[in-house]
Amino acid sequence: MNILEFTALVFVGSLIAGLLGSLTGLGGGVVLVPLLTLFFKVDIRYAIGASLVSVIATSSGAAASYVKEGFSNIRIGMFLEIATTLGALSGAFLAVWMPTKGIAIIFGVVLLISAFLSRKPRTPAERNAPPDPLATRLRLNGSFPDLEGPRSYNVQRVPAGFAIMFGAGALSGLLGIGSGAMKVLAMDQAMRIPFKVSTTTSNFMIGVTAAASAGVYLHRGYIDPGLSMPVMLGVLGGSMVGAGILVKAETKWLRLVFSTVIVLLGIEMLYKGLSGRI
Amino acid sequence: MLVEHAWTDKRIENILGNLLRAGVVFSAVMVLCGGSVYLVRHGRAPADYRVFRGEPSELRSVPGVVRDALDLSGRSIIQLGLLFLIATPVARVIFSIWGFAAERDRMYVIFTVIVLAILIFSLVGSSQM
Repeated sequence: MNILEFTALVFVGSLIAGLLGSLTGLGGGVVLVPLLTLFFKVDIRYAIGASLVSVIATSSGAAASYVKEGFSNIRIGMFLEIATTLGALSGAFLAVWMPTKGIAIIFGVVLLISAFLSRKPRTPAERNAPPDPLATRLRLNGSFPDLEGPRSYNVQRVPAGFAIMFGAGALSGLLGIGSGAMKVLAMDQAMRIPFKVSTTTSNFMIGVTAAASAGVYLHRGYIDPGLSMPVMLGVLGGSMVGAGILVKAETKWLRLVFSTVIVLLGIEMLYKGLSGRI
Repeated sequence: MLVEHAWTDKRIENILGNLLRAGVVFSAVMVLCGGSVYLVRHGRAPADYRVFRGEPSELRSVPGVVRDALDLSGRSIIQLGLLFLIATPVARVIFSIWGFAAERDRMYVIFTVIVLAILIFSLVGSSQM
């Protein structure tokens, strides 16, 4: 295969990954690395570098519109970014030392867990309980536009959320993914932040988190321009198209298909990692 | 006081949104231009990413990429575009420092400076480790 054909195929694959990722809300990054390593036989380190770059692009692109709508809470985002960027830096250094089969095994496990989490119905957590005194001191409580005007919310369990965010950052730096699902878990489930605020603030944070590991990747030579070009443009294009079309009715079906794909990729990554063929 | 606070927050968020979008569009255009040059010149060469070799040293550091891009090689123009992309969230953090300072929110200025320090360490300092 020559570079022109390879670039075209990777572009189409990334476009589809970005489209499905944005339509289902599961993010395109999580399927990119398996797609590149399993089907295009790309070394996992190049795949992680290219995926991380595309994560920055989609996060910043999508955050632009959410920020304007007033859903994301920049104080919560900024405070928790201390945890995610420290985590990302640790994860990126870990990625440099860890053998590639170890990374493949962790990747497989993360894929299976994220497919499981996306199938599990969210339990509506108790809202508007009195705030964590720490949240009040940090001025994290906020409000968002609802149908009947602005609705305020209180933030709880700040230390737990902060700890989970460090973990989310570490996974992002280790695997080159946005780890949006884990960020939402920290805000929505641990800190009891309304779901809409959690998802949009998570998206806002993903770019800064990924930038923290991008520097380490760059210095280690993980970011290859020839590979990152079609991946970044493809994922960005796909997610922009996905954000533009509203197929609410079919999201459930799409989510089922996409999480099945994620499970299959997860099993394949685990198998390749355990048998040392990666 | 409270109203003014909210108004400033809203304005900061608007500028932030525009900044992020401009950064992404600019870097995507640059990557596309560099990519076209690269494909025209090297499109017929065989593609091989099976073995990890790491990038050459000039594509591994911020000054190296900038120097190389001035020679107008396709790969280094793409790499420069990717650097602009990585710089977009960094610019967002720098702008937030200014925004929080305008609101006289000292605590958040400190938080944001910590995040900026981590980002700068990753981009500049981590090559020594």
